[in-house]
Order: sequence, then C-alpha cells, then structure tokens
Amino acid sequence: MSLLAAQFDSHYFWQHLFHPDGVFLRAVWTTVYLAVLGQAFGTLLGLPLAIARRSTHRLLSGAAWTYSWLWRGTPLLVQLLIVYTGLATAGIYRFHDVDFGLFRLPAEQQAAIITLSLAEAAYMGEIFRAAIGSVDRGQWEAAKSVGMRPWPTMRLVILPQAARVVVPPLGNEFITMLKQTSLLSIIGVTELFRMSSNINSVDFKTFEIFFVAAIWYLMLTTVWSLIQHRIEVHLARSERASAVPLEKSSLERLTGLAR
Amino acid sequence: MPQLSSESVESNAASAVSSPIVEAIEIDKWFGQLHVLRKVSLTVLPRQVIVIIGPSGSGKSTFLRCVNHLEKIDGGSLTVNGQAIGYRHRRGRLIADSERHIAQQRRNVGMVFQRFNLFPHMTALENVTAAPMHVNGMNRSQARDLGESLLARVGLADRANSYPGHLSGGQQQRVAIARALAMKPALMLFDEATSALDPEMIGEVLDVMKELALDGMTMIVVTHEMGFAREVGDRVIMMDHGAIVEEGTPAELFTNPRNERTQSFLSKIIH
Repeated sequence: MSLLAAQFDSHYFWQHLFHPDGVFLRAVWTTVYLAVLGQAFGTLLGLPLAIARRSTHRLLSGAAWTYSWLWRGTPLLVQLLIVYTGLATAGIYRFHDVDFGLFRLPAEQQAAIITLSLAEAAYMGEIFRAAIGSVDRGQWEAAKSVGMRPWPTMRLVILPQAARVVVPPLGNEFITMLKQTSLLSIIGVTELFRMSSNINSVDFKTFEIFFVAAIWYLMLTTVWSLIQHRIEVHLARSERASAVPLEKSSLERLTGLAR
Repeated sequence: MPQLSSESVESNAASAVSSPIVEAIEIDKWFGQLHVLRKVSLTVLPRQVIVIIGPSGSGKSTFLRCVNHLEKIDGGSLTVNGQAIGYRHRRGRLIADSERHIAQQRRNVGMVFQRFNLFPHMTALENVTAAPMHVNGMNRSQARDLGESLLARVGLADRANSYPGHLSGGQQQRVAIARALAMKPALMLFDEATSALDPEMIGEVLDVMKELALDGMTMIVVTHEMGFAREVGDRVIMMDHGAIVEEGTPAELFTNPRNERTQSFLSKIIH
C-alpha cells in the first residue's frame, strides 16, 4: 500500500469541476430549483403569517405564534422524515410522482418542496414581522389621516418600506436554503450533495468530489449575492444622493470591501 | 416664497355654513392613569381658524388627534361635520365604529404632522396623488392634474418628482400640506407643523398656512408661533394640564390675559 495513492487526484478534481456530466448538472439544477421554490413559497406564506402574528385577534395571533414555535423549534431533517416517510408509514398520506405534461415531479421532491416551504414560512414570518414593525408609526398615522384603510395602507405605504428591511435577512435565508437542500438527500432527492455521495461511493475520491461539491455551493451562493446586491440598490433608489447613507450592500459585507 | 393661487379652497365647508364643523363636548381622555384631557369643550364654525397654545404635555396635540380619531376619546362627545367620531348610535346605544366608517370620516379632515410623515418611497407628486387614487378611485391623469396644481399652490411645482429625502424640511412640510388638501377636506388640523423645522424654513410653511386661512379653510392649529396666532387666529385657546384654561380673540388673550397660567406661559414664550 502506497502513501502516494492517497494523494490529491488533480486530474479527477478538475475533470469533475469543469467538465461535469449531464447527470451531475441535473443534480445542481435540482438543488437550485428546490431552493428557489422553497424560498418563494416560504416567503409568500411568511407574509400572511406575520400579519396574523400582528393581529389583535387573539386566536389568529396565537395560531401564528404556535406555527412559528413548532417549525422553528424542530430540525429540518426531522421534519423531512416526518412529512415524507413518517406520514407514509403511519398510513396518513403517501406522496406519488405527479406528471405535469412535459416534466415529472417525483414524490420525494414534492415532500421536499412542501417541507422546505412550510419551515421557511416560519422564519420569513419573523423577518416580515420585524420589518413591518420597523416602519415608523407616523407612516400609519399619515395614511390613516388621508382616509386609507388598513389593507391599502399595508400594501401602498408599509410593505414597500418594509421590503428594504426584508431583503438583507431574506438573502441570508436563501443562502441557508441553498445549503440546507443537502439535507434532502435523506429522503432520496438526488441533489448536489447526494450526487456527490453517489460518485464517492463508486470512486472513493472523497476529498476531490466533496471539494468540487463545496465549490459548486460557493458558486451558487455567490451568484445569489450578486443578484441580492442589485435588488438592494433598486429598492434604495428613493434615497440615492440623499443625506441618509446607504447601508452596506451584501456584496460589501461578503467581500469586506468598500466600492 | 410660495405663492398660493387666489382661487378659493374647495371644501365641504361652504355647503354647511351655519352648523359647526367640530363640536367637542366635555371630552375626557386617559393614558392609563394619566388624565390627559379633562372635559374639553370646543366648537369650531366653518371658516374659523382656531389656534391652540399651551405648554408641552397640556393635551393640545392629543385633542387634535382625537378630532381625527388617531386617539379614542374615553368620555364626552365629539362630532365632526355633524357625525360622531368613533362611535355610532344604534338603537339608542353608542357602539364603536367600524374601521371602514372611521376611514370615511377621516377623508373630510386633513392633518399635518410635526414630523411631516411623508411616504419616503414616493415622489412628492405620488405622495399627493396616493389618496385621491387609492381612496377615492380617481384615475391617474386626473390625480396627476390635481397633484400638480396642489404642488404649485404650495410653491413646489418644480419638485414634483423629488423624493422626500431630497427635499428640505420646509419643502417636505409643504408637500404634506398639499397631500392633506388633495382629499378636499372640510377641516385642516396642524399639529405643531413648524416645530421640527429649522428657523429659516418656518416662514415658508406659515405663509402657506396663512394663504389657506385667507382662502376660507377651517383650521385647528396647535402651534408655538404666537405671531401666526395673532395674525391669523380667530380664536386662541390656552390649554394646560388637559383642560382649556382660557380662550378669546388673539387681541384679548395676548394683550390682556386673565388667567395666571396663561400670563406665565405667554411671558415665557414672548420676549
């Protein structure tokens, strides 16, 4: 047995990084679209959850609180197993593959989207709640004073201002989301991490293949950071050139550099 | 200096010449243990300018906020345009009003805040047109015409597309006045509208308020600007510790105050 055999196989590394086969790219794509869907649905559900939390209706705010408490207080891994495997073995619900004409959504991906969305909603709910609360009380009063009712006030006055506050933590959430899709491997979703594991179990190039996986994750999160930067600049347009300085962008936070 | 057009203010005031715009009868208001309004009674007739003065914490802002139902009264009765504010009579009983009805009532009352409270994500024009469009359902081009004419009236025709963050305090407050006027209110409330301004900007806002008063707008003005009170006010109300302690014409109250708290307050304010 030679020590040299344990050395870094650079050819194998570069090959998998720059010339991944179609199966590998498909796994990368699975990671991306499950993360995007989980974040999108989680964000859409998070807003009504935040509004329910702020309600003066006790039952409504209590229900929203309980929801957050349950989903934020338990690990995603456990949630995935309960939703996909647990419900099936208990005979409550079994996911089946569904055909949407051109493409097929496998059972485990349905469970993944549902679980990611429901869990993310709890976190986004907290983020929206804080963002809505950060808007000055005078804004509500000004809207009231011109005769606006609560929902138009929320839509026209409060949410556009809250959006600016939401974007940075939303960016953090999406980066977490991209990375935590690796947990989906436990219910059999062939995403980036599971694909790397599969390759590893055949080739035993553990260091090389997971290094490749790490770089792919890093590329995905970096691309997102650039997109987030553009969104933040867009949302801050009403403050440009004003006395109030722009907050540091995500790009600056990421790189630690000023432009 | 902003120049207002001479056309008269369109308001519902003209149609109800004799009946009072505001009728407050023995209003009580508590903040927890604190009795902030003690049996405050006040009648405001159409086209009157009422100036409320008094030390901070005297309840003058709270009274103003009650008129617009930003605060709920705990006792007494308050009608604006002949309608009870915040309460409705149903089968002889007073019941709390619906959000919908409160919002409807607020459309007749404009309010200008100490800290402007402009919508920072909207341009000056959008600030003015938001309520006509989204509350009254006015179409975009009509709202735009209305908004531009109101901004011209407050002397800001050239800043229609500026965001509040790019405007001076005085300009922001004038946009806020235009925003309130856009709903064609029968009554305008000014809650220390010049207190947050740098001294050199107070004049431009007071000028707009004066023009408004000359055009016949009914106004309740909470202010520390005694010059304005003397020049524009029909009646001056002195409040202290949640109660009206003295009222009269500016001439009476400023030259010959009878109440000793009014005397001591005025001696501190007017040097």
